[in-house]
Amino acid sequence: MRSLFRYKKDYYGGALMILIGLAAAYVGKSYPLGTLARMGPGFFPTAVGVILAAIGLAIALSAGSGTGESAAHPAFDWRAWGAIIGGTLAFIVVGDYGGLVPATFAIVFISALGDKENTLKQALWLSLGMVVIAIVVFWWALQLQFNLFRWG
Amino acid sequence: MIEQSLLGLWYGFGVAFEPHNLMWSLFGVLVGNLIGVLPGMGPLSAISILLPLTFGMHPVPAILMLAGIFYGSQYGGAIGAILLNLPCHPPHAVTCLDGYPLTKQGKGGKALGLAMLASFFAASFGILVMIFFSPLLVAVAFKFGPSEIFSVMLLGLLAGSTMSRGSPLKGVAMVLVGLLCGVVGTDVNSGMMRFTFGVPELADGVSLVAIALGLFAVGDFLLNVNRAVYTTHGAGVRVRDMLPTWAELKHAFMPTLRGTLIGTLFGAMPGTGPTITTFLAYAFERKVSKTPERFGHGAMEGVVSPEAASHSKTQVDFIPTMCLGIPGDPIMALILGALMIQGIAPGPQLITEHPDLFWGLIASFWVGNVLLLMLNVPLIGIWTKVLQVPYRYLFPSAMFFIAVGVFSTNNSLFEIGEVLAFGAFGAVFAALNFPMAPILLGFVLGPMVEENFRRALLLSRGSMLVFIQHPISAAFVGASVLLIVVQTVSYFRGTRGKLGVLQAT
Repeated sequence: MRSLFRYKKDYYGGALMILIGLAAAYVGKSYPLGTLARMGPGFFPTAVGVILAAIGLAIALSAGSGTGESAAHPAFDWRAWGAIIGGTLAFIVVGDYGGLVPATFAIVFISALGDKENTLKQALWLSLGMVVIAIVVFWWALQLQFNLFRWG
Repeated sequence: MIEQSLLGLWYGFGVAFEPHNLMWSLFGVLVGNLIGVLPGMGPLSAISILLPLTFGMHPVPAILMLAGIFYGSQYGGAIGAILLNLPCHPPHAVTCLDGYPLTKQGKGGKALGLAMLASFFAASFGILVMIFFSPLLVAVAFKFGPSEIFSVMLLGLLAGSTMSRGSPLKGVAMVLVGLLCGVVGTDVNSGMMRFTFGVPELADGVSLVAIALGLFAVGDFLLNVNRAVYTTHGAGVRVRDMLPTWAELKHAFMPTLRGTLIGTLFGAMPGTGPTITTFLAYAFERKVSKTPERFGHGAMEGVVSPEAASHSKTQVDFIPTMCLGIPGDPIMALILGALMIQGIAPGPQLITEHPDLFWGLIASFWVGNVLLLMLNVPLIGIWTKVLQVPYRYLFPSAMFFIAVGVFSTNNSLFEIGEVLAFGAFGAVFAALNFPMAPILLGFVLGPMVEENFRRALLLSRGSMLVFIQHPISAAFVGASVLLIVVQTVSYFRGTRGKLGVLQAT
């Protein structure tokens, strides 16, 4: 069962590379290609994209031959992904509208909740600690150009 | 030539001992040492996180600090591997095999002491090679035209992506992805915006800091949170335990020397990863040993040889990066990137144009290694305590440092979004068993590869033969072809699979 999954993984990997390669070549072709002696801006990305797609094909084709590594494959961790991505997005949005203090609190608090073992209380203390570091180290000592609070 | 090198070195010590430079060098090795001990954080993420800090600094202390992180982390890695059986970084995984049994026998302190002495010896040897070999390489490098530069980069990219662990095809695919990332932004020849999709922030290209942090820090967190299991028990070591006897020193000398030579050889070859080097040093030591059955049960040779190999390789790695401007591995690519952000283009002209940087760096290697040797002894107690900081507190704090660090480079929140995008991509690639390091290699070299490719063909009026008509260039193309042939043959024979199994043990 595990080996079956492994082959599938290489199919996905190869397909992803073909997709990226073709997309790059497609966009690259919209820039002037030029000639070999006088290359335009589109030549290099198009060429790299085509080669990437070819390699992706080779990866997918060789997927069944048994040279791929078997790695333990844990289930996808929605919680960690959601918390880390959500926390970072919160930093961007809150940082833009609220300032450094709430943004710091948001990114640490939300990311900390991504770990199953962290309780709300621990996350709260950790983020308050980081807020203090943000103010003392970054805003006061390093003079970061980031208002502590910003309204609207 | 030798006289000149010695004069340069003398000058370099003057630079390295300037209080300001010495301070940053010390800071670098300390942070590196700490990071090396800490599980789940490698020198790559440490250098990426501290990269924004260097933008406001003078180039010399900036590079001294970044280099210090690199070799400092290797001393730290040995501590975790020997005392706690924690292979915090893949290159030190092989040290665990014999280091931890030694600790269980109560000889952990001695193993650590010998490993550190071996590392110091190996690093010194690597530095000597760098001092005397670099000027020679520079003399050759001045003959390089665009076709030669393109060919040597081609070899570097191929070697960097295929000689590390995992499938060579996937490595090459990741290099190509890196090259594409390097294309984003304004084309230098025509001024055309490429792959910016109308986003003005992308006109200057993707930021190096964002790509490195995304791939090596955020990507790691995405994959490791809720999964990393680390044992946390400290093992106390007294300074008295660490001092080896004369007989032990004599016994460890030959393995150290062999490890050093292996590391030097592999450091000079572009693209051979540190893990493969330490592993080979271990395997070689077991082969020449009269009592191979002791390996795995606490053989001192199995500790000193790989450690020596990793340290000499680290120093020799700097040669192609500084003299040709071609990094052999992702850490070197990052340091190269940091230099370029400072407006310094590494290459043959570096020694003459920035002697303070080049010789200061070399001298600081020695200063830093001595500092590490002295620091490690009293600090080991503290480092074993640091190991007990749980990952679940570490990564949220690191997320904040990343966000603030990236913001501070350009005061732009947009780049934090780039970090996030690369983190997610990196995690997806890693989940599909793609190696991430080649992306960075491709990204840093990408613009140079394209530039030299275009220039070479412009000069040859479109004839691809130019790459095999120039002898130096032809040699590199030949080596690249040879590399592909060897990889393909070993692929069909399945030897690569065996090597992979050995590496995993």
